[in-house]
Amino acid sequence: MMSSSSSGSGKKFSVLVVDDDPVIQRIHRVFLDRFGFETQVVGNGKEAVDLFCSGASFHLVLMDWDMPIMDGPKATRELRRMGVRSMIVGMTSRDRDSEKQEFVRAGSDDCCSKPLTSNTVTSLLQQLHTKYH
Amino acid sequence: MLHENICEKGFLDEQFVQLEELQDDDPNFVEEIATLFYRDSSRLISNIEQALEKSPLDFSKLDNYMHQLKGSTTSIGARRVKNECTQFTDYCNAGNGEGCKRTFQQLKKEHSTLKKKLEAYFQLARQIGPVETACRPK
Repeated sequence: MMSSSSSGSGKKFSVLVVDDDPVIQRIHRVFLDRFGFETQVVGNGKEAVDLFCSGASFHLVLMDWDMPIMDGPKATRELRRMGVRSMIVGMTSRDRDSEKQEFVRAGSDDCCSKPLTSNTVTSLLQQLHTKYH
Repeated sequence: MLHENICEKGFLDEQFVQLEELQDDDPNFVEEIATLFYRDSSRLISNIEQALEKSPLDFSKLDNYMHQLKGSTTSIGARRVKNECTQFTDYCNAGNGEGCKRTFQQLKKEHSTLKKKLEAYFQLARQIGPVETACRPK
C-alpha cells in the first residue's frame, strides 16, 4: 500500500522533477502522482532555477545529473546560493559514485539511483514528513 | 508467439514489471513509455553511429552518448540492450575503438529485436485488452 504524500494538514507535498530524458520525465510523473505528489517537470537545471526565481516553491526537487544548459550539480549549487531550502535529491546512475559525491558537495540532501522505485519514494516521503513537521 | 514471455528470454527486466504495475488507470502507459524510449534511443544511436565514423575517435563524446543511452535503457528495463551499453563503455574506457564498433553492431541488433517484440506485444495487448502482461509470472 502506497503512503500518502499528504503533509497531514491535507496539503500535498510538491515535487519538481528536473530531467532532460523524456522517458524518465514520464515515468517519474506517473510514479509520483500515484504517491499523491503534486508534480511539475522541467528539462534542465536552468529551467529549475528560473522556476524558483519566479517565486515557485517545492517541498522536493529530484535533480538529474547530466542535462543540457545547466547540469544537476551546478543547478543545486545555484539553488542553495539563492537560499532555497527545499529537499534536493540528486538522481544518479547506479554505477557512478563520483556523481553522488559531486551532488553532496553541491549541497544536495540525498542521492538516489534512477529510475525511482516504490521503496525510494517511500523513504523520501518519510524524510519529507520529518522535515516539514 | 507473444506468450514466450520476453522477460524470461532476458530482453526485459524487473523495471519493465514496475512500469506495467503503474499502468492501472492508463492502459496506454507502457506503450507510451516504449514509444518515448525508441524515439530518444534512436536519436542517440544515430549520434553514436556518426561519432564512430570519425577519426580519431572521441572516446569522451562516445562515453557521454552511451551514458545517456544506458540511462534510457535502464528506465524501460531493456536488459540486453543495457548489457551492450555496459560493454561499449568498458571498451570506451580502454580506448578500444574496434571493440566499441563491434559492440555497437550487437547493440543495434538487440535494440531492433526488442522493438519488434514490443510492437508485437502491444499489438496483441490492444486486441485482447489488459489480460496478460509480458513479465508477470504465470
